[in-house]
Amino acid sequence: MSLKAGTKLEKVLAAGEFALTAEVGPPRGPDAEVVLKKAEILKGLADGYNVTDNQTAVVRMSSIAGSKLLLDAGLEPVAQMTCRDRNRIAMQSDLLGAAALGLKNILAISGDHQSAGGSGKLKGHPGAKGVFDVDSIQLLSILKGMRDEGVQAGGDSLSSKPAFFIGAAWTPLGPPIEFRVLRLAKKVAAGADFIQTQAVYDVKAFAEQLAKAVDMGLTKKTAILPGIIVPRSAGMLRYMHNNVPGVTVPDQLIARMTDAADPAAEGLKVTVELIEQVRELTGVKGVHLQAIEAEELLPDIIKQAGLSPRPEV
Amino acid sequence: MITAEWKPIEEMVGYLRGHKKVLLVGCATCVAECAAGGEREVETLAPLLAMAMQNDGNPIEITTATLERQCEPEFVATIADRAAAADAIVSISCGIGMQLMADTHADTPLYPGVNTTSLSIREEPGLWTSRCAACGDCVLGVTFGLCPVARCAKSLMNGPCGGTRENGMCEINEDTPCIWRLIVERATARGQVESLVEVKPPKDWSNSPAGGPKRMLREDLRS
Repeated sequence: MSLKAGTKLEKVLAAGEFALTAEVGPPRGPDAEVVLKKAEILKGLADGYNVTDNQTAVVRMSSIAGSKLLLDAGLEPVAQMTCRDRNRIAMQSDLLGAAALGLKNILAISGDHQSAGGSGKLKGHPGAKGVFDVDSIQLLSILKGMRDEGVQAGGDSLSSKPAFFIGAAWTPLGPPIEFRVLRLAKKVAAGADFIQTQAVYDVKAFAEQLAKAVDMGLTKKTAILPGIIVPRSAGMLRYMHNNVPGVTVPDQLIARMTDAADPAAEGLKVTVELIEQVRELTGVKGVHLQAIEAEELLPDIIKQAGLSPRPEV
Repeated sequence: MITAEWKPIEEMVGYLRGHKKVLLVGCATCVAECAAGGEREVETLAPLLAMAMQNDGNPIEITTATLERQCEPEFVATIADRAAAADAIVSISCGIGMQLMADTHADTPLYPGVNTTSLSIREEPGLWTSRCAACGDCVLGVTFGLCPVARCAKSLMNGPCGGTRENGMCEINEDTPCIWRLIVERATARGQVESLVEVKPPKDWSNSPAGGPKRMLREDLRS
């Protein structure tokens, strides 16, 4: 099988191994050492490391800069790119720059609306002008066109073709539920080589949506990595269930975390169990682990889930 | 209709300090329909503005007028004498009417009393919601008559983002429906949901405000 970009993530998937990606959130400052500390904790534990792009519309170190720091530290990044802050000119320019720096895994997402940044404790920039010149599916098409045809979105040619392994996000459990698998099909048609999903806690509901993707043949064309966010308390799960669209948390899981004597330890156990459960599903090719601003939790989870060491490819 | 909403009175007071004779002008068209700049709003705002200026220590003499259409020169020309007699004009029409007023009576400074906000419909009494973004490249023919440019917070062209709430509303406003949910529902009801699976390419924004100031020329009407 010929590889599109030859990243470790792509090779692990091509080899039929169960892939593992982890999220690394960049700091709200210019502190390379914060990224490097996370890199030290996570090095060798995953096949790709997502560096978020101003998630929740809060200004952070850029995804491309954070990704380059990881790359230099020996971790293969998945640079995320949202459609909120750049038009198609800036996006393609940044993508060429990313490719020049050696960044090959790119995840295209719409991005949280700019109003999200001011909804929590931070002020954010709710008065910012959202760009949304193209949407995430159009960005996937642009990435694919740059890689496969060597052309820009406007039709001009590139001086050479950047090698990208192209990712997209999927919210399998959001309404309108019957359309979600069709939206996945659009992302696959547009160019998504791999998919990382919104956090899965309701494995049964996820399995039903995944089965539709399998029936449509989508899992033969793209690698689906369900997202798992490490739960740290019942309150966190309740918050996500009530406030994060597309995330449903079964009552019994919230009850279990409520009853736990040591919720943090229970959260690790829950995460390991979720990994084992989704791993059993036809069409799942790996997992995408997130321990938001608590990356130090990941090494134990990865070891306990039997996902360490990572395959040599 | 074009919708507008009153600016904070304090902002208007800030503009009017140092002026003595103010002409407050409304428009009986769109901004009257959205209860921001019609005759009723002119007559409501005038005493409020006078009182606010009095309290600010800068009393003004205020007169009022409501034009049939503040975006048509023949109506705007009718108040030339009153505009000349005033030392400031406050307009509560849309930004189009305001600029014609400012151009026509250029010797008298004009200040905005409203913010022009959207192209909306009156959905219920007291509720206006967006319908059009004047994007210059209408997509209603492929989105089942529901506009994702104006009514999706991210102007998405290929279906709903992950931010649709469990009840089908948009994550950024719990009272705004996810327009893509409505598009999918209408497509499904017509048995045409498959038509939404085709990937829509990046949109051409060059005929929208992003393309620069509009200049629409019709040679056939210029004889």
